[in-house]
Amino acid sequence: MSARRAAAIWAVLGALALAVLVASLALGSVPVAPARVLAALFPLQHVTGAPLDLAGEIVRTLRLPRALAGFSCGALLALAGALLQVLLRNPLAEPYVLGVSGGAATFALFAMMAGCAAWLVDASACAGAFASILLVLGLARGELWRGEPQDASPRLLLTGAVIAAGWGAVITLLLTVAPEGRLRGMLFWLTGDLNGGTVPWSALAALLLALAVIMPAAPQLNVLLRGDAAARSLGVPVTRLRLRIYLVASLATAAAVTTGGTIGFIGLVVPHMLRLVLGNDQRMLLPAAALAGGAAVMGADLVARTVIAPAQLPVGVITALAGVPVFLWMLLHRRR
Amino acid sequence: MSGHTSSTGLLSAQRITLRAGARTLLADFTHTFYPGESWCIAGPNGAGKTTLLATLAGLRRPAAGHVEIDGMPVHDWPPVRLAQRRALLPQTAHDAFSASVLDVVLLNRFPHLSGWGWERAEDRAAAHEALAQLGLAEFAARDVLSLSGGERQRVALAATLCQHAPLMLLDEPLTHLDLHHQIGCLEALAAWSSETGRTPLRTLLFSCHDLNLARRFATHALLLDGAGGAYAGPVRDVLTPARASRAFGYPLTLIRDGDDEALVPALRATSRGASHQPPASRGAPPNSSNSSS
Repeated sequence: MSARRAAAIWAVLGALALAVLVASLALGSVPVAPARVLAALFPLQHVTGAPLDLAGEIVRTLRLPRALAGFSCGALLALAGALLQVLLRNPLAEPYVLGVSGGAATFALFAMMAGCAAWLVDASACAGAFASILLVLGLARGELWRGEPQDASPRLLLTGAVIAAGWGAVITLLLTVAPEGRLRGMLFWLTGDLNGGTVPWSALAALLLALAVIMPAAPQLNVLLRGDAAARSLGVPVTRLRLRIYLVASLATAAAVTTGGTIGFIGLVVPHMLRLVLGNDQRMLLPAAALAGGAAVMGADLVARTVIAPAQLPVGVITALAGVPVFLWMLLHRRR
Repeated sequence: MSGHTSSTGLLSAQRITLRAGARTLLADFTHTFYPGESWCIAGPNGAGKTTLLATLAGLRRPAAGHVEIDGMPVHDWPPVRLAQRRALLPQTAHDAFSASVLDVVLLNRFPHLSGWGWERAEDRAAAHEALAQLGLAEFAARDVLSLSGGERQRVALAATLCQHAPLMLLDEPLTHLDLHHQIGCLEALAAWSSETGRTPLRTLLFSCHDLNLARRFATHALLLDGAGGAYAGPVRDVLTPARASRAFGYPLTLIRDGDDEALVPALRATSRGASHQPPASRGAPPNSSNSSS
């Protein structure tokens, strides 16, 4: 892997994400020609007083926020998945494996059961994610901090997995006792739903922050994959690096879950697909995963709101339905 | 950080004590390992060979005493600068994901990377050279997950070589290797530590279970008895039948055939029953089948 090849990969994936973004803005129950999409996004002259055209309004206030929410959720989830697979040195790791999403979902469902406003549900989800992060950190800090040259990953993974299982039990309990009228919204939240309404600035900012914090450490991540002892002998501050990966991955997951609910499969499938095709160099993979994950969720949401329009599906159903066969095909047809 | 030509690869243990649980593996050990020396660390299972190597590498702190590399305590070195001077081959390699052999070897160039951490042409050249030294030139594009245990071990050794550190600590570099490759690796290491010309002498320490290969290829040996004691010195003074018999708890004897020598398990006086006699060194065995002819 060279910097030039990585840049070429990023350019291709960036162009793909841009194409999906334009398609998301153009397609729907009211089709808008791509040229008018551009005109709506970048109005050349302000026609003050004139009635705003409906198509432009739909693009700006409905489709753009939703597409950007999809992009940032997918990018954050794919980034978090790639990071956790490195941290736990386990190909099965994904953003929800350490319980961040479980904590967010539990708190969010409580808020929905209590009939809170949408912003309060989001705030609860965020609080739940942080509660879960702190819980795992508190219980497993010995594993993250252990200064001995031995592998600390399995204990951290088990701690997180057990916490996640605990949250899962609470979620089932909440769904069982929830009033009938609220159940549908709660299920949509759990599957992942982008029916927000405002431009998700916080999620986009979280994405940029996560990349800015973790990218300088990407060469160290490559080394960490070879084991703690090897990494330490090569001069990588393993303990600090592991804490940094855990925090970035958890905060990215928290931001994604707060914005779009627990959209499944992206964090597991997207990093693996890129690895199978492009290799496992974290310097290339992390930005590539963000771009591809963002494009994937945007595309899935486009399908979710057009396939049985005007009714809408939760985006998580599409990501899982498409992700399972594609991933299996890539895995089984892989050349050795 | 090139240009350090004086006193690189100098490793010094200052009164170190190693413990595992309640057991004392090594007590109050002081020794200096000099460039140009090739040390075999021998001893029975659990004697502390891995613990000693990790301690000398600065990955763990001894229960007492300290380790110095090039005259400075190992824990005072900034980690990356330390990695430019000492390389460690751990006993096991982790491969959770597939990667090409070249990429795995290139990872050991990490201490030499700068900027955003992309390898330069010289890093690639170093990796290819290390692969060639171990006869792995045509393996560069192979997936590490497809390698056999012995091939993987040689790749790990090539990676350690391409780190270009003047002090190299190898934990069981010969495991999984057949005899042919064991000797190939030892010859590559011997050439590495005694290289002349523009490169200065370098220091090598490796743990090894084959005392005969050690006697043949190491210049010095450190024999651990696992109970606090250690003998250090020229390899033929340390890996003697008497000392090795005591350390390994089984009588060994040295047989000679011309210039070739071998330490072999001695035949017990009474064939079966008397297996709990204290080990003792013996004269030449009457009919050992291991002598070459």
